Amino acid sequence: MSLLLERVEKSYREPDGTPLPILDIENFQLGDAEQVALVGESGGGKTTLLNVISGISTPDSGRVVIDGVEINALPEVARDRFRAERIGFVFQTFNLLAAFSALENVLLGMSFGGGKADRVRALELLDRVGLSKRASHRPGQLSVGEQQRVAVARALANRPSLLLADEPTASVDIANQENILTLIREACLADNVSLLLVTHSPDIASRFGRVARLDEINRVAQTTAAAGGPA
Amino acid sequence: MNLLSIAYKSIKQRALSSSLTSLSVALGVMLMVTVLVIHGIIDRMFSQQTIGYELIVGRKGSGLQLVLNTVYRLKQPIENLPYLYYLELKNDPRVEDAVPFALGDFTKEGGFPIIGTVSDYFVLDYAPDHKFKIRGSGFRDSFDAIIGSEVARENGWRVDDPNTPENEASTFKLVHGGAESDHEHDEVFTVRGVMQKTGTPNDKTVFIHLNGFYAIAGHDRPPNETLTKLKAFYTEGIPGRPDLDQTDPETLKPKPGEHIHGMEDWQKEVTAVLVNCKRPPDWPADAASPQLGDFEAEFKRGFKAQAVNPIVPMRELMQDIVGNIRKVLVVMTGLIIIVSGVSIFVSIYNSMSDRRREIAVMRALGAQRRTVFSIILAESLLLCVGGGVVGVLMGHGLVFAVAPYVAAQSGLLIDPFAFEPMELSVLPGLIVLASLVGIVPGLTAYRTDVAKALAE
Repeated sequence: MSLLLERVEKSYREPDGTPLPILDIENFQLGDAEQVALVGESGGGKTTLLNVISGISTPDSGRVVIDGVEINALPEVARDRFRAERIGFVFQTFNLLAAFSALENVLLGMSFGGGKADRVRALELLDRVGLSKRASHRPGQLSVGEQQRVAVARALANRPSLLLADEPTASVDIANQENILTLIREACLADNVSLLLVTHSPDIASRFGRVARLDEINRVAQTTAAAGGPA
Repeated sequence: MNLLSIAYKSIKQRALSSSLTSLSVALGVMLMVTVLVIHGIIDRMFSQQTIGYELIVGRKGSGLQLVLNTVYRLKQPIENLPYLYYLELKNDPRVEDAVPFALGDFTKEGGFPIIGTVSDYFVLDYAPDHKFKIRGSGFRDSFDAIIGSEVARENGWRVDDPNTPENEASTFKLVHGGAESDHEHDEVFTVRGVMQKTGTPNDKTVFIHLNGFYAIAGHDRPPNETLTKLKAFYTEGIPGRPDLDQTDPETLKPKPGEHIHGMEDWQKEVTAVLVNCKRPPDWPADAASPQLGDFEAEFKRGFKAQAVNPIVPMRELMQDIVGNIRKVLVVMTGLIIIVSGVSIFVSIYNSMSDRRREIAVMRALGAQRRTVFSIILAESLLLCVGGGVVGVLMGHGLVFAVAPYVAAQSGLLIDPFAFEPMELSVLPGLIVLASLVGIVPGLTAYRTDVAKALAE
């Protein structure tokens, strides 16, 4: 897997119509099965960057290329399909669906990928994250750490080539932070999945061989920092 | 996981509000199904081609009243016909069956209507291809009675049982109908037959032998009055009785203190005569006999009596009144279902603000806009169609539950498993309704801004 961002710009509009630049990235790359920690201040555009990479949002200009596919040039339906099949997402607040059991949450991720929901694989994934005995439990019946592990299993369900993790340890206690981080990194290594993990924890970032600082790759963040505060 | 199972899970998550909105649809559909089924039964009952006899002959007047009185035992009888007229009909070469009915009295217990008739009545079908089944010996004597199943049940009356001689046949007295409604006749009648349930007004009727009816003191009129009426009826001469034509009624006026003992045929009267015309041997059983039209037309030309096909006035009643009531009920229940549909719309639409994040998560996992739209539409379909299916079952359950009560109260024979073809349109109608009410919430899901909703 390779990820390439080239001259990516993204801005929002203020209520009065004034453009509010969020991203201005000249070049950013992620190699095959590479694991990168992306650090930056709150409000620095980290989540927007993940949305642009995953195709949830489209950049105003520039290119987002994953495995040679310029996803921002794809129609929305194709972007959705690409995201379902090739990109895994782990959210800070897990975002498990409360009405579904742990197993069903994993199967749900598979359902949108166009393939058949593979119950055996879903159970294997839950086993890998140590929750095979909690498969029928709903999120409300699971601890915070267990919920995040279900979220990891769901993100890996469709055998993605890129896993985007948005501060996945921010909502769990310190004891679970290590477990979650290890789980994500080992799972990505085992499945040859590239990982871009957003964090603002220097400690967590220090575990990664490569750390990308948003204020170094995003010119908007640099300008904001120079002006004396986050955007 | 398919869309329906995802939608079902979401519904389960909001079990209470989902159940209530679906129940409102179910209740609306239940009412509609009940209206359709019961109306269908009534419609078929009054639209059937025969109820054992083709014509009811009675005195000139309202045909509907004659039918309601003779068949359904509702309303008061019109004026009586002379018994001689019944004999004329009986001897008419075109007539196959002529069964006299004399109505007017009631049982003391339960107030069930009394009909004086002859055994021939119980040979006729009471409904198409349905024969009376009577336990007991039937009419053997003038003061014998055959009672309907409801009469037997409510009054606890029975026939004698040869195996248990101590269980003697029940006996009863009559209360005079008409003006002297509290007058109890002295004559005692004995139950000699109990009909099996027919689901018709016969179940709530007591039949006594016609001879016994005439033998009741007070059922005879002073001969002078009877002759005056007879002459008024037979303006062109009393058939077979030229002697009566010559008699001055005043000469028959009873002297003070004189009692009347027994009646000659010319003194007797009947309320109605049930008539079947003769038909060729190979004539279809369910088709009207070929002479029926001519026979009816003959009565229409005359001024003395009327012959009514019992089905016709009831069909007119159905079309003019009951049919319109049914339309109103169907429209009202349809509106109830639409209101239920609106409540489903409100329920789903109100839940959308709480579910923005859930929808955004699905979209982030790769669900397409049309997928989340379809999930919301599937929820609406499940609620509407699920409620509809439950409503259909509840409707038939209600019909099943009320069938005995309606039969007992009105004599309507209700088949609890009756199915109305129009019911087939209920579910497609609900699918259309569900699609309509699901569109707006579905579009809300379709338009969800994923990045914004995830950031909230």
